[in-house]
Amino acid sequence: MDALDLARWQFGITTVYHFIFVPLTIGLAPLVAIMQTAWHRTGDERWLRLTKFFGKLLLINFAIGVATGIVQEFQFGMNWSEYSRFVGDVFGAPLAMEALAAFFVESTFLGLWIFGWDKLPQRVHLATIWAVAIATNLSAFFILAANSWMQHPVGAVLNEETGRAEMVDIGAVLTNPTLLAAFPHTITAAFLTAGTFVAGIGAWWMVRSVRRGDEATARVYRSAVVLGTVTMLAAGVGVAASGDWQAKLMFDQQPMKMASAEALCEGETGAAFSLLTIGDLSNDCEGVRHVLTVPGLTSYLASGTFDSYLPGVEELQERSEVLYGEGVDYRPNLAVTYWSFRLMIGLGLGSAALAAAVLLLLRRRAVVGTRWFGTLGLAALPTPFLASSFGWVFTEMGRQPWVVAPNPNPSGVDGVWMLTATGVSTSVPAGMVLTSMIGFTLLYAVLAVLWFRLMVRYAVEGVAATETDPSPEAQRLAAQNPDDGADKPLSFAY
Amino acid sequence: MDLPTVWFVLIAVLWTGYLVLEGFDFGVGMLLPVLGRGDRERRVLINTIGPVWDGNEVWLLTAGGATFAAFPEWYASMFSGFYLALFLILLALIVRVVAFEWRGKIDDPRWRSWADRALVVGSWVPAVLWGVAFGNLVRGVHLDADHQYVGTFLDLLNPFALLGGATTALLFLTHGAVFLALKTDGEVRERAGALAERLAVATLVVAGAFAVWAQLAYSVPWTWAATAVAALALLALVATTRARREGQAFVASAVTIVAAVVLVFGSMYPDVMPALEPGSSLTVDNASSTDYTLTIMTWVAVVLTPVVLLYQGWTYWVFRKRLTVEQIPAHTGLTFDRV
Repeated sequence: MDALDLARWQFGITTVYHFIFVPLTIGLAPLVAIMQTAWHRTGDERWLRLTKFFGKLLLINFAIGVATGIVQEFQFGMNWSEYSRFVGDVFGAPLAMEALAAFFVESTFLGLWIFGWDKLPQRVHLATIWAVAIATNLSAFFILAANSWMQHPVGAVLNEETGRAEMVDIGAVLTNPTLLAAFPHTITAAFLTAGTFVAGIGAWWMVRSVRRGDEATARVYRSAVVLGTVTMLAAGVGVAASGDWQAKLMFDQQPMKMASAEALCEGETGAAFSLLTIGDLSNDCEGVRHVLTVPGLTSYLASGTFDSYLPGVEELQERSEVLYGEGVDYRPNLAVTYWSFRLMIGLGLGSAALAAAVLLLLRRRAVVGTRWFGTLGLAALPTPFLASSFGWVFTEMGRQPWVVAPNPNPSGVDGVWMLTATGVSTSVPAGMVLTSMIGFTLLYAVLAVLWFRLMVRYAVEGVAATETDPSPEAQRLAAQNPDDGADKPLSFAY
Repeated sequence: MDLPTVWFVLIAVLWTGYLVLEGFDFGVGMLLPVLGRGDRERRVLINTIGPVWDGNEVWLLTAGGATFAAFPEWYASMFSGFYLALFLILLALIVRVVAFEWRGKIDDPRWRSWADRALVVGSWVPAVLWGVAFGNLVRGVHLDADHQYVGTFLDLLNPFALLGGATTALLFLTHGAVFLALKTDGEVRERAGALAERLAVATLVVAGAFAVWAQLAYSVPWTWAATAVAALALLALVATTRARREGQAFVASAVTIVAAVVLVFGSMYPDVMPALEPGSSLTVDNASSTDYTLTIMTWVAVVLTPVVLLYQGWTYWVFRKRLTVEQIPAHTGLTFDRV
């Protein structure tokens, strides 16, 4: 493999790792904030126990999210220096804004939340977790602004002299239609992930508590199940709606990605949505055989009417050769785009449907004591994580061979595009990329195993672990008088 | 001042924030096995920076992001050029992050000793390598006409840069020891104070040698002012650590770091990445973004940076009390046994 392939693999591996943990943080921080608010408002200890329980899981997850995120900030310069030179004028701005406006808030206020249980007045302490929740979502907005610009460059012009993209309109970059669709899609997917996490663990524990005859504890987890499933349902609707919106934009802005999502080789009027395809999806389009299809659905997804014309991969290849030059394969990997698109949709919709079923079942007392109900909760846990990964793999690999995709329509800008092959660092030999790739992959693998074990261990411990903490009443008193008792033990220490 | 120069100064400010704040974080990490006798004392050390280390580290991410936004050519050349060094720093920072957060999660001596090792290594590596990197930036590196780094990793390990690495390591060790003397009480405070006293002398010698070498070989006349401030601050550091004036000693070590950043950035200016080959240097002008981008980013920085300073300052105020072993609660971590 040459430096280009290695750099692509490295970016893919490190980003997929990062995005295992990110959606959970983005969604779980607000849910924990809601739990703590519920405790603050009602004084019901149930919510405090849930806050502490899911708060611990949030912190274990947050740490590895930060750790895997640090690499991303520098990887552009390390492996993609030519890309960085080309886009830095535009791409760097949202990155710097993300750090200044979001990273500082989340890291500082998370420290205050963790260590501030008895140091801050209750309201202020509650405000710190809300600050974290808002900042994690804000940071998603800025990084998606950067990514959306790569998918659909706006607010920039090409400077012929320097050969660099130059920003002319920050407003356009921050209101890129691609961003306005990608942000709600990513955020609702994150809420779907966190909702599933809370509901799944809650359901498993609820069943366990009922079977042990511990009705009081079962009630605590029932609240988690309700909060989680309601979040899942709302997020599921949001994911589907924003996904539909994104598909229509994609048809407009990146027709090649749309065509390859469907493995649509020849253009078609009233294109069908393919549910299953057999044969090898090699890029020459031969041997693609759709065996199960829904007529007209893809056309509807793309443009809102069942009989619109959708250009196929072959036709778009020819069109690209005219526009951007011959000798380049402008087709993404069809097998990857086709299957990641399907898996994303299937797993995402599956989670939301499951949530609806669980909400209905929850009213039947007999069900919540059955073992299969708990198992169902656990089985649901990985699905939104997988759906998020497949969604990102589709978005990013569907953009190949471009690192900055050109826009074949008036909403984009002229001349601002770059092939992935020209974006890679020219001064970094393949051996060096290989070294760092192996290093990061091994380290991340070890950390992911530890993360998994810690999450499982703390989930299995349940809210029982919170009983060793100071009682809620003692904490309430302490929080009202933050400076009382100068040398009392810390309520939390690493 | 023109905008590229303003941004050169702003990036120096971000690095100052990073090195002053993470400086003592690194120091605390490096001194963990030296000053922390037994688990409770180690936890005292770790918890002096417990609520703040993450916020401190963001100064680096912001400096990185700001360099990307304001000087894309510098960002691209520096990070692809210092590839292996940055790779090692990133590995170190990663293990340090998870070690902080996960150390207390499992109540097992072996688990904790692994976390301690990660904290020590994760603090030493960047403490040394940042100094090496800045040494090379002052000295100049091999760049071709396209501003691409054409030297090797070994080129970066020249005597001047290595002295730079020794300087930052010693400076951060002292800064950390002084910080610990300021933030703890009892035996740990006593030991940290005594160690700071000895470290201050070593830092005076090594950092002094580095500053004079940099000044004479690579710098411009006006940075003599920074060198002089550094020298005075180092002398004050020796005197105040002797007298155990912990607050003043902390100010002295912080001022030393500020002066060092001024010396480094002042020596480079108007280059952002000086080349050993004539005409190949990246300068504030040929590496910078357009005026439009710089104007937008200036507004963002001018509005947000004071706010960040305000709430970070408040965080330090909230956790201002000295820590003692008596305040460290029993371990609340679980064990893996029951799974």
